[in-house]
Amino acid sequence: MKLRAVVLLVALGAPAFAQMDFAGEWAPVQDEDNTGNPYVGEFLGIPMSPAGKLRGEAWSGSYMTLPEWQCRPHGAMYISRGPSQVRIWKEVDPVTRQLTAYHAEWLRSIDNPYYLDGRPHPSDLAVHTWGGFSTAEFVGEMLKITTTHLKEDYYRRNGVPSSDRATLTQYWIRRGDYLTWVTIAYDPVYLTEPMIRSSEYRLALNQQIPPYPCDAVEEVVRAKGVVPHELPGKNAFMGEFGKKYNIPIEITRGGAESMYPEAARKIEAERNKK
Amino acid sequence: MKTPRTYLAAAGTLVLAACFAVAQQPQNPEIRIEPVRGHLYLINGAGGNILASVGPDGVLLVDSGLSQNADRVLAAINKLNVEIANRGGLPTTTVVPPKPIRYIVNTHLHADHTGGNEKIAKAGKTITGGNVTGEFGDAAEGATIISQQAVLDRMSQIKPALPFAALPEDTYHDDKRLSHFFNGEAVILQHMPAAHTDGDTFVYFRGSDVLATGDIFVTTSYPFIDLANGGSVQGELNALNHILDLAVAEFRTEGGTLIVPGHGRICDIADVAYYRDMVTIVRDRVQDMIKRDMTLEQVKAAKPTADWDPRYGSPDRFVEGVYRSLTNKK
Repeated sequence: MKLRAVVLLVALGAPAFAQMDFAGEWAPVQDEDNTGNPYVGEFLGIPMSPAGKLRGEAWSGSYMTLPEWQCRPHGAMYISRGPSQVRIWKEVDPVTRQLTAYHAEWLRSIDNPYYLDGRPHPSDLAVHTWGGFSTAEFVGEMLKITTTHLKEDYYRRNGVPSSDRATLTQYWIRRGDYLTWVTIAYDPVYLTEPMIRSSEYRLALNQQIPPYPCDAVEEVVRAKGVVPHELPGKNAFMGEFGKKYNIPIEITRGGAESMYPEAARKIEAERNKK
Repeated sequence: MKTPRTYLAAAGTLVLAACFAVAQQPQNPEIRIEPVRGHLYLINGAGGNILASVGPDGVLLVDSGLSQNADRVLAAINKLNVEIANRGGLPTTTVVPPKPIRYIVNTHLHADHTGGNEKIAKAGKTITGGNVTGEFGDAAEGATIISQQAVLDRMSQIKPALPFAALPEDTYHDDKRLSHFFNGEAVILQHMPAAHTDGDTFVYFRGSDVLATGDIFVTTSYPFIDLANGGSVQGELNALNHILDLAVAEFRTEGGTLIVPGHGRICDIADVAYYRDMVTIVRDRVQDMIKRDMTLEQVKAAKPTADWDPRYGSPDRFVEGVYRSLTNKK
């Protein structure tokens, strides 16, 4: 009887021992993909739909000075691409000691729980959030995260829009002190195909993420109801990025074609002409 | 001054709006109940959204859905009502009877929000006594239907005439609040002039911090600027900005005040801000085109909403509403 109980306990506990642990303090490994401060109109490499391109071209940096947007965090579609560090911690059921959820929080994000306890996603009538609602499962040693219920947001912080119908599949892959964070965005409104990106983090044992309080203030004196934006075809900054880096303007404006080698060859050909 | 022609146009638009609403509904849509906060529940699938306050004081409904769905709405309310009345009680074989439906607040006149008035109100009860009972023998019959005055004015003009019992009987002009807490909180009604229509009401549940907006804010389509019933794009924007003045996020621009739209899912301040931004930007674009002497057809052809069309669907009615509102061409 005792043996049976021990076998049962070992069997129940086995998955926990086999699981990769992702908890810890992680610092981003800066590379060319950590697009901290992109140019207006720098949409290269994003499979934006025609609607997404128009929306991006209408964006004005002054938009972020609106009181409604000053305290917004970076949402799930962008945050893992940014330059900020992340803390990942575990929520464990005190009785079963099984993993209930991982949580991730960056310098400027909300808490992002990823539930592993089998709870269902909410109904389509439920409120959407910046982090969305996420469930997770182990696939071998990877963690696969499925996120729905996202707010409208951005893929890049220069006005590349994501819609509230978008969903996200994420993978965590740990190799020792390194964590690869893969995001695959699906967006029927503003993307023409899934957008796959990966970011690297390195374990940082002495890291402390500071608080990030925010109070909206009157940053710009303007009449009530004014929303800064550029009229179609009137955005004077759209050409700056292409001009600085000698890239054809039609490629800087994104779209699926801007992700593939043909775009690079086109850039090369353009440069060789000069 | 309202002329018969105005009323005729209004009635025509109402019929069109109702037809549109009906056309958008599946034949027998599922009536779904989604908890909002505390004793507030979203009833979805009946036409326009219905927000229900269900508790010890009875039931207050914001809107009543399409008439053909009224029986199923009543069944859903009854089920919810019994469940809540018996929640947390002692184990017993006795079932606590549900509390009555006491109020229906109409956010505006369209049939997908008022169609269930007659049947649902009839199933309810108004609590009366003293002088009131003495004066009006039938005062306790059915729930009280409340709306802004313009809703009653316009619904009274619809031909063929709506049943008397389907019309609001308690109307207000600028603002109104229930004179007492209902299910533990204040319920405040605010008139939003010339927005979706000229009789729009926001219903704010102050304790729960939940706001029902009617069709001024929806998540399923562009707003419908119902010019024939007194709507205007500037009124629509004023109302959306009023929501932003009222709502407070819990943290980092999410949560806090919850917004229940006329159609679609539960929202918060950020969702309304995005919608306000969209309506403002489209208004600015159309205004710019009007300044360049473009006709309505030219404006439509220029697709001033193309960035949002994959999200909100056909823009024609919205663009036309914005154009005519800005040019005062009805």
